[in-house]
Amino acid sequence: MHITHSIASGMGGMRTAGDLVGRMQMSRGMKIKEAKEYVANKLKVSVADLADPVVMSEVREDLDIGRVNALPRVAKGIDAKFRIAKLLDIEISCVNMFKDRIDRKLGA
Amino acid sequence: MEKFYTRMGDGSVIELNESEIKRDLEEGTKDAAERAKIPPLSEDDLRRLLEIFKCPDKSVGVERGQEVILSYDSGTTKFERANVSVSKLQSLQIYERMLGADTMEMGHMDYSYKPAKSIMWIEQPTLEQALLVTIPALFYGAMPNLGLYTQPDGPCPNPMQLIPQGKISEARAAQEEMVEHAIKDMVYVGSVMYESGADGINFDTTGAAGDAEFLAALRAIEILKKKYPQICIEVGMAGEFILGMHGGLTYDGVRLAGLYSHKQLELVEEAGATIFGPAVNTNTDESCPWNVSRAATFTKACVQNSHIPIHANVGMGVGGIPVTETPPVDSVSRVSKAMVEITRLDGL
Repeated sequence: MHITHSIASGMGGMRTAGDLVGRMQMSRGMKIKEAKEYVANKLKVSVADLADPVVMSEVREDLDIGRVNALPRVAKGIDAKFRIAKLLDIEISCVNMFKDRIDRKLGA
Repeated sequence: MEKFYTRMGDGSVIELNESEIKRDLEEGTKDAAERAKIPPLSEDDLRRLLEIFKCPDKSVGVERGQEVILSYDSGTTKFERANVSVSKLQSLQIYERMLGADTMEMGHMDYSYKPAKSIMWIEQPTLEQALLVTIPALFYGAMPNLGLYTQPDGPCPNPMQLIPQGKISEARAAQEEMVEHAIKDMVYVGSVMYESGADGINFDTTGAAGDAEFLAALRAIEILKKKYPQICIEVGMAGEFILGMHGGLTYDGVRLAGLYSHKQLELVEEAGATIFGPAVNTNTDESCPWNVSRAATFTKACVQNSHIPIHANVGMGVGGIPVTETPPVDSVSRVSKAMVEITRLDGL
């Protein structure tokens, strides 16, 4: 059922910009249209490109915000989220906690 | 007259001609409109639904550009339930890398706040580890499930045993006590998971035990939102109608029993939630066109009434999806397309 919904109406997650648009709904409570426009503006792509896996794969690689095929030296996991937080100008809880832990350990 | 392949609400195959589909679409929207006192679907909406159900293709999808965000209830437990031998972390990576998930959710196999509470010490490090290696936003989710607070497993007398005995005031008192216990558990789990880095907390199948359960969730959301103003809370409902198992409970001066989806939304917004998931139960005695038309009517009223994103529940037995453990692609994809294109919601 997940696969059917994903194909029928989903944005595509990390294959596209679905995870980024989802973050705008969650962090700012944006409706779908506003969230897509916000992300498209930040990524400097058209709204239609956001759900295109070919375009978005290149954009994600250029911005180093994580891509589905985990190539060598490409951002993975938390390091991609550091960049996503900065790119979208949002707070990501686990990123802030990671920074706090590092600072605390180093006595900053 | 040409016949079109569709299904009943229990998933069994039927064939309807165009006028029969039209009739079911009209009756489905009429049923929702009359019950909830909301507008029925427009002629254009019904025409669009007719096209979707007449399409001979096995699978259909939204028009390019109309894609929405998918959120998941009971995320990691789906793998455990299917006996797939992968850890929670691995199942999240499968959602992320292989299922095209826009957001993800981790949960305990016993998917309720009460049992989850006692294993938070092991859930927290698993969630923290998952957050290090995955990229999409990650919810922690569970159900309020007020039924778990009744004796013999829980601390309170069982209202379902008291009501048939005519002990109405005792049944009400028991539910009021259950509410307090449930709030403590939801706030505790929501707090520790948010403090472990969860991007959001999901209250799933809310209101399944009626108005008392809905009240418990609303008050827990309110407390969590005051404690953590930035927290994202998604509220998925159990049905389109709040059962009045207590009957006298209110939130913000509004009686909870009998509220339909668009009115549930108003209170969920008032409590401070970020995303609302209306649920419309599928009627197995009616056809898929009837059920989808009815579900879209309730959901469209929510979308038009909302200030927060709407993610309709479209899993097994809700939102027009047939009540069967293996929902067919033809039905699921039609629900997916219809919900997005008719209601203009924000996610599923």
